[in-house]
Amino acid sequence: MITGEYRSNKKQLTIFLLLLIVVMLASASFTEFNFIYSIQTLPKAFTWIISNLFITEQALEKLPSVMDKLIETVFLSITSTTTAGVSALFLALLGSEATKVNDFFAKLSRVIASVYRNIPIVAWALILLLSFGQNALTGYFALFLATFGFLVRAFIETIDETSSGSVEALQASGATYFQIVMKAVIPECLPQMMSWILYMIETNIRSSTLVGILTGTGIGFMFDLYYKNMNYEVVTLITLSIVIVVIGIELISNYVRRVIL
Amino acid sequence: MTIAKDHHVPRFKQTNAGKIKIKTWGKRQVVMFTTFLALFLLTVYGFLTFDYKGISFVQAVTDTIYNVKVMFFQPAMSHFTFGEALGQVGVTIGLGILSTIIGAIISLFLALFAAKNLSSKTVSSAIIIVITFIRAVPTVLWVLIFAIAAGLGSEAVIIGMTFHSIAFLVKAYSEAFEEIDEGVLEALRAGGANWWHIVTHAVIPSTTSSLLSWTFLRFETNFTVAVAMGAAAGAGGIGFELLMASNFYFDLREVGFITYLILIVAIAFELLSTQLKKRFLSGTSMS
Repeated sequence: MITGEYRSNKKQLTIFLLLLIVVMLASASFTEFNFIYSIQTLPKAFTWIISNLFITEQALEKLPSVMDKLIETVFLSITSTTTAGVSALFLALLGSEATKVNDFFAKLSRVIASVYRNIPIVAWALILLLSFGQNALTGYFALFLATFGFLVRAFIETIDETSSGSVEALQASGATYFQIVMKAVIPECLPQMMSWILYMIETNIRSSTLVGILTGTGIGFMFDLYYKNMNYEVVTLITLSIVIVVIGIELISNYVRRVIL
Repeated sequence: MTIAKDHHVPRFKQTNAGKIKIKTWGKRQVVMFTTFLALFLLTVYGFLTFDYKGISFVQAVTDTIYNVKVMFFQPAMSHFTFGEALGQVGVTIGLGILSTIIGAIISLFLALFAAKNLSSKTVSSAIIIVITFIRAVPTVLWVLIFAIAAGLGSEAVIIGMTFHSIAFLVKAYSEAFEEIDEGVLEALRAGGANWWHIVTHAVIPSTTSSLLSWTFLRFETNFTVAVAMGAAAGAGGIGFELLMASNFYFDLREVGFITYLILIVAIAFELLSTQLKKRFLSGTSMS
């Protein structure tokens, strides 16, 4: 019995691995990806990274302007995440099984969230760039829309998981919808929602670098500028300052999460 | 459940009027409130200090709404055929597949050494520190950095995306490994199984479903990332077409068509991923 099962598992594994190899080879030919060439470039890339890892004094002169853009990026990511979080809360309340008003709105809010979430942030950035131009607001709205879609889904899952029991209990005791939401659902879900918001702030700092490269704003634009001028010392400075900010925010959110969850 | 956590509080606290205090200000509430206040103040400060460059907000919003209307109600192709568009989507999916699979294979080995119950403390923390650093650098920067050595093209993109996928997957995999019952491992060790036996016969078989779901979740993300890399790092694929349509041809209808195409593929992957997650994963957080 056991050996038979083991053998069929082995057969499954072989088929799975063969399938994987076929898919990989097909993708490689489709994208014109050369395995050997990329393995060959890896040592070159790492030598380059290590030899450029040190910040020179010349690059340090640029620190004030880098800091300036970095702070703008951090604020961009915080404002877009908090405002998206507040808006997402309303849609999530409509969309959750526990707190929905009726099935139509529940379905609608899930569809809206899915559309916002799945249109990539690049598309939003490029569309907004056409009318907002090279402005902080382009980045703000692009981050807002993508974050909004993501947070609605996350919040719906949170509300579904945490509050179906208490909602039922309060309904049975005759509480109104408003009372149920304000006194039970929001207080119970708040720590988890806060955790999601902190996670998105961290993610959005990385995303806003990408948006910045595309729309010519913030720290992404600065990176692109020095990258194209092949001023790699400043490129290193910018990269390391992003790393420090992201890790700093991650440490703060980890602390907050540990205490509140 | 606050009550469960605060059960060490010996008796009800009362206000001056003799009412029972329902809210108590523990460390938890203080941290929660401080975070709230900080985020609120930072948001207000952020909005006040942005460089708006004197943009006419109403005008820009009206323009955007008009653009979005054209995009979504009159999508059309003008610079490529439908077949070519599908081919470009295929390139983007291919980038996602390759970086996910290569990343998953490398991550599997790294995660075995990063899981605290399978590895030594030093090795585990060393890997986690490196992973945290890699994760903190945005994918697009990794791609551009590798492009210096490898030249712009699918190689740089896939190496860069693989890097970030590894950072994500090692964390997810090693957390899955750490959830394995310590008793099972101890029993196997006592029975004389070596490390490799434990991994191949207990650790991996019992976590396969969760490993696969995490990998598919990452693939879903990598598809979106591949779209972005096409636009921001010249990786080709549908993302590059999107950049051309909006920044060079200013062709809103084509932007609309491409957006629909990406949306359909992304939603299909998301549905698949939710199905997988429902079937295999329960109670694990996504972050």
